[in-house]
Amino acid sequence: MQPITPETVQNEIDKFLNQDVYLHLETTNGAYASHFNQSFFSVGAYIRNAKINFERGVITGEKSPYRAGLKINIGWVYAEGLTHWEVNEDGQLLLAGHDAEGKLAVALQLSPHPFE
Amino acid sequence: MSHEHVLVVFPHPDDEAFGVSGTIAMNTKKGVPVTYVCLTLGEMGRNMGNPPFATRESLPKIRKKELETAAGVLNISDLRCWGLRDKTVEFEDPKTLAARIENVIDELKPSLIITFYPGYSVHPDHEATGAAVIRAVEQLPADKRPAVHCVAFSNDCYEMLGEPDVINDVSSVSDQKLEAIKAHRSQTEWIIAAMAEENKDKVPEVLKRMNREQFWTYKF
Repeated sequence: MQPITPETVQNEIDKFLNQDVYLHLETTNGAYASHFNQSFFSVGAYIRNAKINFERGVITGEKSPYRAGLKINIGWVYAEGLTHWEVNEDGQLLLAGHDAEGKLAVALQLSPHPFE
Repeated sequence: MSHEHVLVVFPHPDDEAFGVSGTIAMNTKKGVPVTYVCLTLGEMGRNMGNPPFATRESLPKIRKKELETAAGVLNISDLRCWGLRDKTVEFEDPKTLAARIENVIDELKPSLIITFYPGYSVHPDHEATGAAVIRAVEQLPADKRPAVHCVAFSNDCYEMLGEPDVINDVSSVSDQKLEAIKAHRSQTEWIIAAMAEENKDKVPEVLKRMNREQFWTYKF
C-alpha cells in the first residue's frame, strides 16, 4: 500500500460512482485490547459485501490521516483515520488506516464484484 | 497407548507458534503424527507490516503460506484449513462446529487433543473453538475420550484453574520452534524485533520462557 495522496485516491473513488459496488467497512482495536488494559473499552464493527450505489464520494483532510464519505441514495458511508491506499490486481480500491505500529485500525474498501 | 496421534485445533494460523509449536515438534520428532485443524486464515489480523506489505485482502493468502511453512518446519503431515472467517467462529452454530470436530476425532482417533481452554483464552474465536472441541469430546463415552490439553492465558486463568498440570520442556527443539515462530512473519516479525530490542541482556530468560510450554488438562 502507498501513503494516501488525496487527489489520486479521489480519482479512484470516482471510478466507482453511480453503479452497484461492494463495500468492506471495518474498524478494530484488536481482540486483545481489553486483555492488556482492563479499563479499555474495546469496540469494533465490520461489514463485508454490502451492495451500495453512491452518487458522491469524497476523501478529505488537510493531512494524513484522511476521512472518506460516500453519499448513497438513502444514507451515508463514512470512515476516518485513513492513511494508506492501493488498487489491487482484482480492481478493488483498498483504503486503510494503520496506527504508529503498522496495525490496521480502519478499512474502507470498494469492489466491482463481491469480496472473496 | 499403542496408537498415538496428536490433534491440534486452533482458529488462527499462528495460534500454535509461541505456546505449542515445541510440543508439536517433540511429537513429530518421535514419529507421532500430528494433524493441525486451523479454522480460519486469520483474515482479520491487524499486523500488516510497517510500512505495510499486506492488505486486508492479501493477508489470508500470505498467512496461509506462512502456516504451510510453519507446518513444514514442525513436520506436520496433515494440515487442514477449514475456511471459516476470522472473528466469526463464535457466531457459527456451535452444534454444527462440534459435529465437524467429532467427525475428525472419529476418523483419526487421536490419543491427545490440544486446543484452547474455553472461558480462559481471551479471543472470542479461541473460546468458541475450545468450547466446540470440548463439546465434541463430551459426546464420546468417558473411556473413549482422548486427553485434552488446553492453552489458557486470560488474566484470571491461574486464579481459576490453578497451576498448569502439564509442563513440556521443549529446549531440545528450540531451533525448530524459533523457525516456526519466524515462519509467521506477518504476525511475529514485530514481536521478535521487540524481543530482541527489549531483552538484549535478558536473552537467557526469554529462551527459558520459550522453552517451557504449559497446558491444563481438561477435567470432564
